[in-house]
Amino acid sequence: MNYIWNFQDVFNNWWALAIGAAGTLRLFVVCLVLGMGLGLIIALGRRSRNRPIRWLSTAFVEFFRNTPVLVQILWFYYALPIIVPIEIGPFLAAILGISLNSAAYSAEIYRGGIQSIEPGQWEAAKAIGMNGLQTLRRVILPQAIRRIIPALTNRGVEIFKMTTLASVVAYVELLQQGKLIASLSFNPLEVYTVIAAIFLIILYPIVRLTYALERHLARSD
Amino acid sequence: MNAPVLRLSGFGKHFGSLNVFSDVDLDVMAGDRIAILGASGSGKSTLLRCINVLETPSEGRLEIDGDLVGEPSRSGDMRFSERELCALRQRVGMVFQQFNLFPHMTVAGNVAEGLKTVRGVRSQKALERAVAELKRVGLADKAESFPSRLSGGQKQRVAIARALAMDPEILLFDEPTSALDPALVGEVLGVIEQLANEGRTMLLVTHEIGFAYHFATRILFLAEGGIYESGTPDEVLKNPQRPITQQFLAEHRRFQF
Repeated sequence: MNYIWNFQDVFNNWWALAIGAAGTLRLFVVCLVLGMGLGLIIALGRRSRNRPIRWLSTAFVEFFRNTPVLVQILWFYYALPIIVPIEIGPFLAAILGISLNSAAYSAEIYRGGIQSIEPGQWEAAKAIGMNGLQTLRRVILPQAIRRIIPALTNRGVEIFKMTTLASVVAYVELLQQGKLIASLSFNPLEVYTVIAAIFLIILYPIVRLTYALERHLARSD
Repeated sequence: MNAPVLRLSGFGKHFGSLNVFSDVDLDVMAGDRIAILGASGSGKSTLLRCINVLETPSEGRLEIDGDLVGEPSRSGDMRFSERELCALRQRVGMVFQQFNLFPHMTVAGNVAEGLKTVRGVRSQKALERAVAELKRVGLADKAESFPSRLSGGQKQRVAIARALAMDPEILLFDEPTSALDPALVGEVLGVIEQLANEGRTMLLVTHEIGFAYHFATRILFLAEGGIYESGTPDEVLKNPQRPITQQFLAEHRRFQF
């Protein structure tokens, strides 16, 4: 095979890639915050004493965990506007699909983390007069989150990579821009290689940061 | 005549059809130190845990300083609101067998936590108070350490300081030395003894019968689902009147020297 690599056209279009990267990061941050935040609420819902809340939370998890994100994004983009009279742009459709899916997954991670904390911790907090919310905030979650950081990191990485699915509704992110460049310059090999490299270059330092966070939180061991 | 600090009447707990204890009547006056003895499974710990409602009592009344805790529901059993329980537990502190320190907080952080989160005391003030409580249990120098660095005895002393920081009217000890190396039991009992000398009102579930004898103003012996025998340490421990108590004490004396 005598393929001659030529990255010139890719680098000539760096501005398009920069716009794509900005779109990817924007979608990532929104989905990370929404997905992990909503996930915690759903996890608490699954532990609620209120039956309908428990049931709804479980139904949410099972629905969004067991349907493909790609289908969800397409559904929010093309199908939802038929049912409700609202305009849903590519950004919003991608946010809904990725966030709700991630919420379902991270809810299970949170639930596992909370359940892994010894009952004695709840009791000790109650015994000095804390209410349920204070106990959760001050005693249970700090310990639970420490234990689930590796799993949450996994989830975060997954969210970052899932943002490429938004290209299916033509949301401007890295992959979408890459497709554009590739179709104009006929250089898919170079473009997709660069796209993959950009993901690695952005993600790896973030993952290293979570390792540092893990070490910082382990100082009480 | 003052009202009792703690009054239980017709107090009982059952899990389904299993009756742990029933018809417990008890008046605890300020300064009383009550040791609760009994065989494993006699309901000592459950009784103690029903007093601060970590375990919900099934029947009967619980009064602190003459105030009824909980509200009787239509079916007759007591209902407790979270707000009421939080108030109750600030007045009735507890020390656990397994210490249950918060591992992610420093020693001082553990002791200050209730003041900060429950009472809303400013962080700096709460920490000063925590160090003062740690001094009482002889651990001021460990204030900045994490619990994982402490011995079992030290952990339990921190747990006692954590309970004391809330300035409770009553302290409950649930087998505070049962999880400790024999060599570490003494330092914890020493702290409890010091609290006794300060005139604190305490209830202690224990297997340390020797300590119970010196510590308690009154002994409750639990058996057959209730208070089986009670009285002064001399009455119950030196001169038990009923067969299960006699047998229990004989068993305990078997390997003494």
